[in-house]
Amino acid sequence: MLDAADRRLLAEFQHHFPLVPEPYAELAGRLGMDESEVLERLAALKASGHISRVGAVFTPHKVGASTLAAMAVPPEWLESIAELVSAYPEVNHNYQRDHRLNLWFVVAAPGRDEVRAVLDDISARTGIAVLDLPLLEDFHIDLGFDIRWS
Amino acid sequence: MTLDEVDRRIIVATQDGLPLVARPYHAVAEEVGVPPVEVMERMERMLDAGVIRRIGAVPNHYALGYRFNGMTVWDVADEDVAEAGERLTAAGFVSHCYQRPRMPPAWPYNLFAMIHARDEVTAGSLVVDLARRLNGLSRSHMVLFSTRILKKTGLRLS
Repeated sequence: MLDAADRRLLAEFQHHFPLVPEPYAELAGRLGMDESEVLERLAALKASGHISRVGAVFTPHKVGASTLAAMAVPPEWLESIAELVSAYPEVNHNYQRDHRLNLWFVVAAPGRDEVRAVLDDISARTGIAVLDLPLLEDFHIDLGFDIRWS
Repeated sequence: MTLDEVDRRIIVATQDGLPLVARPYHAVAEEVGVPPVEVMERMERMLDAGVIRRIGAVPNHYALGYRFNGMTVWDVADEDVAEAGERLTAAGFVSHCYQRPRMPPAWPYNLFAMIHARDEVTAGSLVVDLARRLNGLSRSHMVLFSTRILKKTGLRLS
């Protein structure tokens, strides 16, 4: 379980991670902890899956191209088609959702042509149309996610 | 900003996260083969240019108990999208908000906002809250909850 110090780490360090030689020491100072405790807690949060990493979140489309894709997969094929889709290294998120369009995934590649080629390949292999919903405008959210504990 | 080869090597070296060691940028610098100060300067530049959105701990909503991941989708007139996007992000609990093309008839929605909640009732109330904020701007909306996470990794650059 997370304790109060873990929660503070999570609440305060989703952004503005210092670009200084010893960033964990700086964070520790702000929280009134030791550097070793901050490192241990972050390692534990990572090991338990509460955080996926400590690092940079890259803005979509600034590094390469990406799109959100959707497919209406017959339920009996969902398992195998989801597996086929997830196997592409260009697919970085893949969710089943409760809609006729029940498979939603993000395809990222160096360029728009490569993204399109992955969608075409999936469509050709499955015989199911793939909706291509590239980002047109990003309504920028500056802050990290505000975790509400109550 | 144009990314050069060194920027790309820094992205590749950090996309799985910074190492949890006292001097993480030094470790990245060694891997990339540039001085540590250059790693920090280049990351700062990418942050200023918006290539990097933020640097910090990346929470896993699902593991934190936010099991209800809802993709709210809205049909907003093109001329109202900017205003609607601002209202959705101002709510404070939307993690991502994007305009995407409509694909009628299969898909009439052009504005997407992600919400996360611990239970279905709360998730529902967040959707109601957003609908109220968009009062008059949205012609129709719905929410698609994820029933299963099949794959989730960060941005990959090889």
